[in-house]
Amino acid sequence: MKTPFIPSAAKNLLLASALLYVPLAFAAGSAEKGKAAFVKNGCWECHGFAGQGGAAGPKLAPDPKPLDFMQVFVRHSNGPMPPYTETILSNDDLADIHAYLESLPKAPDYKNVPLLNP
Amino acid sequence: MARKDPGTKADRRKFLAGFVAAGAATALKPARAADAAPETPRIPSALRPSALVAAAETETPKELARVPGKPGSDFMVDVIKSLGIKYLPANCASSYRAIHESLINYGGNSMPEFLTCMHEESAVAMAHGYFKIAGKPLLTLCHGTVGMQHATMGVYNAWCDRVPLIIVGGNELDAAHRPPGVPTFHSAQDINSLVRDFTKWDDTPVSLQHFSQSFVRAYKIAMTPPYGPVALSLDAGLQQEPMKEYDGKMPTIPRYVPTSPPQGDTGAVKEAARLLANAQNPVIVTDRSARTPAGIGLLVQLAEALQAKVVDQASRMNFPTTHYLSAGPGAVDNADVILGLELSDFWATVNSYTDNGGNEGIGTNGTRIKPDTKLISISSVELNTKANYQDFQRFQSVDVSMAADAEATLPALIEAVKSAIPDAKKSAIAARGEAAKKSYAENRARTRQAAAVAWDASPISTARLVMETFAQIKDLDWSLVAADSPGFVWPTRLWPMEKHHHWLGRSGGYGVGYGAPASVGAALANRDLGRFSVSFQPDGDLMYAPGVLWTAAKHKIPLLAVMHNNRGYHQEVMHVQRLSNFRNRVANKGNDFGPVGTSIMNPDIEYHKLAESMGWWAKGPIKDPALLAPALKEAIAVVKSGQPALLNVWTQPR
Repeated sequence: MKTPFIPSAAKNLLLASALLYVPLAFAAGSAEKGKAAFVKNGCWECHGFAGQGGAAGPKLAPDPKPLDFMQVFVRHSNGPMPPYTETILSNDDLADIHAYLESLPKAPDYKNVPLLNP
Repeated sequence: MARKDPGTKADRRKFLAGFVAAGAATALKPARAADAAPETPRIPSALRPSALVAAAETETPKELARVPGKPGSDFMVDVIKSLGIKYLPANCASSYRAIHESLINYGGNSMPEFLTCMHEESAVAMAHGYFKIAGKPLLTLCHGTVGMQHATMGVYNAWCDRVPLIIVGGNELDAAHRPPGVPTFHSAQDINSLVRDFTKWDDTPVSLQHFSQSFVRAYKIAMTPPYGPVALSLDAGLQQEPMKEYDGKMPTIPRYVPTSPPQGDTGAVKEAARLLANAQNPVIVTDRSARTPAGIGLLVQLAEALQAKVVDQASRMNFPTTHYLSAGPGAVDNADVILGLELSDFWATVNSYTDNGGNEGIGTNGTRIKPDTKLISISSVELNTKANYQDFQRFQSVDVSMAADAEATLPALIEAVKSAIPDAKKSAIAARGEAAKKSYAENRARTRQAAAVAWDASPISTARLVMETFAQIKDLDWSLVAADSPGFVWPTRLWPMEKHHHWLGRSGGYGVGYGAPASVGAALANRDLGRFSVSFQPDGDLMYAPGVLWTAAKHKIPLLAVMHNNRGYHQEVMHVQRLSNFRNRVANKGNDFGPVGTSIMNPDIEYHKLAESMGWWAKGPIKDPALLAPALKEAIAVVKSGQPALLNVWTQPR
């Protein structure tokens, strides 16, 4: 399958991180509100309802990137991920989304999933 | 039929008029007999027929000038039978009524057997799917104008997917004798113009001898690589006229002899072999090189001779997913020689495109390969590209270009590569193979771990959906006949695919609506081979022409359709979201999850009930992954009994 976006995405992520990364202070988010915000803001569309990722977007959970890293990337992405400005996605929603992603359980080791070892 | 008792019969129109008048009179009649007016002579409820009407309705009719001798359409059936065409999926139409009658009565509805379809696009897509299993084309008939217009999307998919089929449109060509009304609306000067841009060849035969030559020629052209659809316009008058002599002889049927596929030029094959044999890191990229099952074995031979990684873009089952040389698209990044076999898009194989709103909205481009990488192309599509529809993609310069069929060229290329490999390179080639084994194992582990994420999620993850299904069919001779949803790639990533029928590729033209009918067509071919057919059926795809479900039940075509029901046109969900963000606007979702115009929810479609209404066994909606296995077991038992079964499964988007 063709997935031509990944190298460019990685490049953009590094560039954005290097230029724009500054530690930001966020209020602790609500995982419950974050689940709703994840759907409302369309994050699920490319990353799946559980942030598992897929052909169109990388895995976000479990073990999401730190919130301030995510904030920089989300606001300034110029790769295949479209940018979400504060007009579209508030800082509060973003913190809630991060809390939701953090709340998601770890994936099982594939070796312990019989169906993945046919 | 002659009436035997004229005294009791009456003109029907006047009889009905009288009945209506009598009815009205009855309705106005007072309720009680005592209130009734004095009796007057009754008006008869049916008037006596006039002498003229009585004569017309009671006398033996004069014989009409019907067609004497053998009808032309019977001869047409002889022509069709000479080519061994097994099925004829079609939606019935008056403009081909004569050949329809000949097929089912004179031809005995066998070779070909008429399959009742509810949409011309479904009929064409069934032929499309059938070919990818059987390797033999089907014929479909349709109305020349309205039917051909319905069929066009299916024909375009077949064109882009390099699949042969024969579409014949009935047409009342002779305007002076054309029946008025509907048949005239269904006639045109040149019905083939509707599909000419995306067919290999078309014709309008004007005599029976012309028909037999054109039909055999059409079959031959369709079946010469690069394969493709062909069209014939079939005059209704020609179907009905009797057979007669041409040049003192009755029409004859030409003998069909298959055309050998075009092979690469000897010098170009040698140059390609020299480049590949001396490369440090050769990579093979294929899209449709396994035109037949033999193509898989040939590609394995070439890859192993070079110990070159193979990127299968999967428009066919070209290379075993279980082979250690099977690799992802990133393998091209460090290649110094890339061999492209029947690629749809060589440009996008070696370049990247990012839809990021850059370049004033058109996105940004970049190269994926090193600047001195040598490119070799073997593609038969260069032989029949047309100008209008842009299926040839962006122009890519290559170093060695062969306008030839890849599968037919591989034997010569394999021998040339083996001869060209210097002894000094052999140990390096062997080491390349060992490194490939290691990276293949690592990649497999990463893929399975990615599949484990959201394993217990609801809606059900697409990886879980795919592996729950595989667990139930793995011991059968299975065939994944369709999974026609962009980005739905878990089957080719996770299933051990080794045989040509394990994976049939996608629609070709990405015209939504291919999945359901193509899977029914492929399942028909698998039925005859005793194979088990399974499809992953997208929701949006099914709603284009769901009548094909009835066709499958009607003709007892066993198929397990496991729905990938993400309740939306998901590619467009993401596109509209992306554009909203680029323009710094909040995407208007209405009351749905996706942007307005992209969701298929509120109300949710009960696909299981839709399927049940058309004779399928069905169950759903299934949202809990723990319920999948028992439902699959039930459905598989139904399919093994010879019937189609559908599971409506709510899934994650991708």
